[in-house]
Amino acid sequence: MSILRVSCEFRYPAGFALQIDFTAGEEATALVGPSGSGKTTTLHLVAGLLTPTRGSIALRDRMLFDSSARVSLPPNARRVGLVFQDYVLFPHLTVAANLRYGLVRRRAEKSPDYEHLLQVLDLAPLVGRYPHQLSGGQRQRVALGRAILSSPDLLLLDEPLSASDPALRESISGYLARVIDEYRLPTLLVTHDLDSVRRLAARVITMPAGQTT
Amino acid sequence: MLSADEWQAVRLTLLVALAAVAASLPAAIALGWLLAKREFPGKFLVETAVHLPLVLPPVVTGYLLLVVFGRQGPIGAWLESWFGLRFVFDWKGAALASAVVGFPLLVRPIRQAFAAVDDRLVQAARTLGAGPLDAFGTILLPLARPGIVSGCVLAFARSMGEFGATIMIAGNIPGFTRTIPLMIYTLLDSPAGTARAQGLVIISVVIAALALLAGELLERYGRAKLRGAIG
Repeated sequence: MSILRVSCEFRYPAGFALQIDFTAGEEATALVGPSGSGKTTTLHLVAGLLTPTRGSIALRDRMLFDSSARVSLPPNARRVGLVFQDYVLFPHLTVAANLRYGLVRRRAEKSPDYEHLLQVLDLAPLVGRYPHQLSGGQRQRVALGRAILSSPDLLLLDEPLSASDPALRESISGYLARVIDEYRLPTLLVTHDLDSVRRLAARVITMPAGQTT
Repeated sequence: MLSADEWQAVRLTLLVALAAVAASLPAAIALGWLLAKREFPGKFLVETAVHLPLVLPPVVTGYLLLVVFGRQGPIGAWLESWFGLRFVFDWKGAALASAVVGFPLLVRPIRQAFAAVDDRLVQAARTLGAGPLDAFGTILLPLARPGIVSGCVLAFARSMGEFGATIMIAGNIPGFTRTIPLMIYTLLDSPAGTARAQGLVIISVVIAALALLAGELLERYGRAKLRGAIG
């Protein structure tokens, strides 16, 4: 059963257009393609940070965007958690405040438990620190935890395994597998490196380099 | 020691400078954000208008304020009949003159501070459930704080020295509109005025230096908290 249905066109300011058509189910799905194939753009379109030129994006039974019906939910109403490639933590807030940012704004009936998440991602010793006091791997875990605590219906991960250090990649991969398993969140992740996500994604969708029109 | 009149001028100057900065800050924040983060037709015209008081002779600015905010002026007459607000020969006129002359100095650092904040931080906040105003208040505004402080200090210091526009609209009334620069000017016109003005000159230097120092410390504190930027 498909959770996410995307069929839209996005025209870049430079003039060329990107056509995207895919569906994703409950299982973790990897969107694979070379640099410039529009992977990050796709995530931003789903999250509402970019607006398609036309088409539709539906998440479960909710229409996030539909050009013909003039529907376009703002990012804060989409319930889509996005983990940026370079994490984008709020530099003026502690780890705890970063983690709680989405939690307090989207207090849902079944919000993930804050203390439990600290355990799953080994974040308890870090809660009083600021982002600049963290290592790259720690920052990524905070960004992941922050997105999960906002109770999303869909988790989007932008190049989650792009770290150059193989040990760090292995560690992050382990945490991601734990999170996907623990929270059973439909996840869409994009990567240019298929091998790195085989362990995480149950399904792979390839975005061809020539998909732009 | 300063005379009672001179202390009165010091108090009035501080009141005028603080009122000028406080009254123009919301507009400066809105304009700083608009100029830093939005593209719109005629943007360069807005930029020119914002920076105009920086290059206009203050006396010309004062004349224009008198025409617009005078008791017969289009805005001045309206403000007086509806709200009882009077600017001519009033300390509020001095505050208005200071606010207008210091406005470009207030907007510039605020605009630069907003421009320096990575747009993705606001985007991240939006995906976490924050509405546009919420994201502005919790992410953009705190991150731009060092620039806002810097702008306030510059505008405050400029206001302390405002003379030309102030004398045009507010006049030079002892106890009502005679700020430190006007007091010094008046003293220099009297016998032994040079010696009597020394106290006010020293006070001016001390207040300006303290304002700059406080601004620098607040800015450093703010930047230290933000060190490391995004991560």
